[in-house]
Amino acid sequence: MNIVVCIKQVPDTAEVRINPETNTLIREGVPSIINPYDTHAVEAALQIKDKTGAKVTVITMGPPQAEDALRETIAMGADDVRLISDRAFAGADTWATSYALYKAIDKIGFDIILCGKQAIDGDTAQVGPEVAEFLNIPHIAYVRKVEDVSDKSIRVQRLMDDGYDVVESSLPVLLTVVKEINIPRLPSLKGKMAAKKAVITKMDINAIGAEVENVGLKGSPTQVKNIFAPDAKVDRKVLSGTLEEQVDALVKELGVMKCV
Amino acid sequence: MRIEVRSEKCVGCQVCIDSCPYTAIVMKDDKAFINEYCQFCRACVSVCPEGAIIEIAEEGDKVKPADISDYKGVWVFAEQRHGYIASVAFELLGVGRKLADARKTTLSAVLFGSSENEAKELVKWGADRVYFCGDAIFKDFNDEPCSELLSRLISEHKPEIVLAGATPIGRSFIPRVAAKLKTGLTADCTSLEIDAETGNLLQVRPAFGGNIMATILCPNNRPQIATVRPRVMKRGEYVSDRSGEIIKVESGNLLCRTKVVETVTEESSCKVNLQEAEVIVSGGRGLGDAKGFKLLEELAGLLDGTLGSSRAAVDEGWIAYSHQVGQTGKTVCPKIYIACGISGAVQHLVGMSSSDVIIAINKNQEAPIFNVATYGIVGDLYDVVPMMIKKLKEAKA
Ligand SMILES: Cc1cc2nc3c(=O)[nH]c(=O)nc-3n(C[C@H](O)[C@H](O)[C@H](O)COP(=O)(O)OP(=O)(O)OC[C@H]3O[C@@H](n4cnc5c(N)ncnc54)[C@H](O)[C@@H]3O)c2cc1C
Ligand SMILES: Cc1cc2nc3c(=O)[nH]c(=O)nc-3n(C[C@H](O)[C@H](O)[C@H](O)COP(=O)(O)OP(=O)(O)OC[C@H]3O[C@@H](n4cnc5c(N)ncnc54)[C@H](O)[C@@H]3O)c2cc1C
Ligand code: SF4
Ligand code: SF4
Repeated sequence: MNIVVCIKQVPDTAEVRINPETNTLIREGVPSIINPYDTHAVEAALQIKDKTGAKVTVITMGPPQAEDALRETIAMGADDVRLISDRAFAGADTWATSYALYKAIDKIGFDIILCGKQAIDGDTAQVGPEVAEFLNIPHIAYVRKVEDVSDKSIRVQRLMDDGYDVVESSLPVLLTVVKEINIPRLPSLKGKMAAKKAVITKMDINAIGAEVENVGLKGSPTQVKNIFAPDAKVDRKVLSGTLEEQVDALVKELGVMKCV
Repeated sequence: MRIEVRSEKCVGCQVCIDSCPYTAIVMKDDKAFINEYCQFCRACVSVCPEGAIIEIAEEGDKVKPADISDYKGVWVFAEQRHGYIASVAFELLGVGRKLADARKTTLSAVLFGSSENEAKELVKWGADRVYFCGDAIFKDFNDEPCSELLSRLISEHKPEIVLAGATPIGRSFIPRVAAKLKTGLTADCTSLEIDAETGNLLQVRPAFGGNIMATILCPNNRPQIATVRPRVMKRGEYVSDRSGEIIKVESGNLLCRTKVVETVTEESSCKVNLQEAEVIVSGGRGLGDAKGFKLLEELAGLLDGTLGSSRAAVDEGWIAYSHQVGQTGKTVCPKIYIACGISGAVQHLVGMSSSDVIIAINKNQEAPIFNVATYGIVGDLYDVVPMMIKKLKEAKA
């Protein structure tokens, strides 16, 4: 069985702030990390490997530096990795990202594809389902548990707003996973050695066989027009006087608004 | 396109360095330089005091715009679960109506599964037309039949805008529709407007964990598809004798390779019912301990409200996670939101800032919660809240 895991290198967004006066980002030495959901996807793949002896290939599309993220997954136990990298891929929205990943995955071969629920920078949660559509295979999103897996089918729990569904699918299938699914393992010593030594195979636009007009900025139907600080709207009303007078006025307003 | 530093203009002040979320700007020989990490997010462009960072169009940038002139009308995908239409559908009809009016066009809803009676409800909530398919295949949610049939209807009828809820259902299958139709999809929007000049849909959404907002465009492809965050838009107006057309759709042969074998409803998430509450009294770390929520409960009781909280209060173990409001909790939109001892971190604000009236009680007058508050009281909540309780009781007596 072949498992392909898609990971993304992201800035650690917990550290990103925006300056409301200038509408600009303030980054305090944001380190790049593997998208947290994706480490759970890698772990889920490795658990299936432990059970079935599947081969786990981890891929990422990104700049050359994203190689570091791939090495980390080798340390966790991934068998093989691919860096999908080309100047032409830059500026891709989810459509163009998914198209490039689809082309690469199609070359690699797959029975199960694992993605994170969403990336913490773009935050769209769209890439997994879009890749599945391009490959013309089913997908199940928000997977919180793999109940059973065989050569032909898989049964999982899918998180919903009001609980969860138990869903079965034939293989091949793509899953996107939430954090509840597992606790990612730490790299082993042996893994770390392997990671250090590994030669990372790069795939460029020709290697994946993609058409130029479908990748990168050109292949992207959406555009980011601008970014700004979360909104500080409001029609502010001033309460004045002593604390007691302010509370008085407020309670009167609450009365006007109906609730008393 | 590329983002570049005009080195002759760059004075080496390094202001831009920290503005880039992708660490793509480095200093070389006292000038800024943008490397391959750049994701074209444009965050740096407006930062440079010298105007040295610019966007450069490259040869071949120009995509041939598809022929989009035939696309007309606004569509709303009305999701259902267990036969009932989800409340987000009525919110979509609310915002959908505004967009349709701005484009001088019609508003349609699409309903798969459920019943014709429910389809009629969509008309009362504002749809001029409902495409309804009652096939049993839609009883449980499976991605493939939903995406296939919706894509087919879109190809046939060519709406210019399609909206769906940013729920586990909408966020799961709508991307397949966008992939199939080769068009843009904007995730989890919190505001939608028509650009008066171009007629394009301006789609605003949070990104980077709610730390920034972005406006997204889909200028050259149709339809423009967006998923919309629940509880942010106002519902449409319910008119019980509004008339509209119900168009029955044949499902045809739909492929479905997944199967729902069991559906489990977990109670915890519904018990609190924060999302339906008209009044929410929320507490944060400023409460100091779990007992503070007893006091807030009394206030909430007097206002027929329910209790909410910040993540800090949940992390302290003072209250259950099901009460948490914000990015990783619930998004709420009550008539009145009272924040007690909550600082107003962006991750909290994204969950409550569209409440009608926000009342903030905080002893630090610099607390960011005051930026979104309609009424703010600077003071110790243990003075203010008991005073409110006393006066409310007097008013009621
Ligand atoms: C502020 C901002 C807003 C944006 N809004 C939109 C928008 O509304 N619509 C849109 O189409 N694009 C949008 N984009 C572009 C989008 O972020 C990029 O296309 C990005 O490459 C993929 O989207 P994501 O980060 O949301 O990933 P998600 O779809 O959230 O990622 C889900 C999973 O897909 C896999 N994955 C994602 N990217 C990669 C990759 N490069 N390599 C390998 N696996 C990957 C991972 O497993 C990941 O966990 C936006 C970009 C910015 C900067
Ligand atoms: C990825 C991510 C997701 C997150 N998701 C959420 C989320 O969903 N919801 C959420 O709420 N947070 C979330 N957070 C956390 C968020 O960033 C803040 O840390 C959190 O909201 C702070 O909670 P707080 O306002 O209660 O506490 P604090 O920030 O510590 O504020 C306490 C406030 O109480 C005031 N105060 C103290 N004593 C008194 C008193 N006696 N009377 C009056 N005022 C007093 C103080 O002046 C202060 O303003 C998230 C963070 C991250 C990184
Ligand atoms: S902010 Fe502008 S002037 Fe300053 S280093 Fe960056 S590019 Fe140069
Ligand atoms: S456009 Fe965005 S990613 Fe590129 S250099 Fe500027 S801030 Fe960094």
